[in-house]
Amino acid sequence: MVLSGADKNNVKGVFAKIGGQAEEYGAETLERMFAAYPQTKTYFPHFDLGKGSAQVKGHGKKVAAALVEAANHIDDIAGALSKLSDLHAQKLRVDPVNFKLLGQCFLVVVASHNPALLTPEVHASLDKFLCAVGTVLTAKYR
Amino acid sequence: MVHWSAEEKQLINSIWGKVNVEECGAEALARLLIVYPWTQRFFSNFGNLSSPTAIIGNPKVRAHGKKVLTSFGEAVKNLDNIKGTYSKLSELHCEKLHVDPENFRLLGDILVIVLASHFGRDFTPACQFAWQKLVGVVAHALARRYH
Repeated sequence: MVLSGADKNNVKGVFAKIGGQAEEYGAETLERMFAAYPQTKTYFPHFDLGKGSAQVKGHGKKVAAALVEAANHIDDIAGALSKLSDLHAQKLRVDPVNFKLLGQCFLVVVASHNPALLTPEVHASLDKFLCAVGTVLTAKYR
Repeated sequence: MVHWSAEEKQLINSIWGKVNVEECGAEALARLLIVYPWTQRFFSNFGNLSSPTAIIGNPKVRAHGKKVLTSFGEAVKNLDNIKGTYSKLSELHCEKLHVDPENFRLLGDILVIVLASHFGRDFTPACQFAWQKLVGVVAHALARRYH
């Protein structure tokens, strides 16, 4: 899966539009993921996952920051997320299937907040981007 | 048999009651063909699918999208027997249409995104849970008679 020039522009456009709300989007993405896919909660036994949890908000901020970083270095996502990739391989070991679930929830957040932004073309590009991020984060697993 | 809580049923029905089946169906199918272009393999007789604009404007895509989502409505009406509801359709998709069941999962996820874009804040996390569960059950039922 290769990101075309148009894909890259679409993705950059999304994150430019989202701007400072990225943190909020990150938190809501996690909230939705825990609600829609309860099995994802197994990775956070040490968190308070109740509504409005400060830990979820904080973690959502980190997740969003990583996506923003990847978008800002979209020509070299592997390079930009190399340390995160190491972390996921060596310490976190989140099963690869879960990155798709997170991606789905991020798309739902964008769609529900900003339907006009998520045209079919942008949807396609963003989906590809999220797949690419997941691939990078699981690339060193074995 | 799948268990649905009263809340899940309520969330599903309250959304479904406001869905424009023709519009949502057309949009969901168009997005499937655009976001996952390999799904176009099933629609070689649909004419022009050469660009997102062509796909969105394609009358066969619109008509088929409406057909698919109308059928989805049968699941909503028969939440307690989705397996039975789709038994024949499952056989059809296996024996005649030769559709990889993974495509049902892809379409289901797209439908959830389309609903989110239409309902905004009303498509709450609890709502998403119920609908992800429903599309998963539908996909499973459609794959059930494969051999």
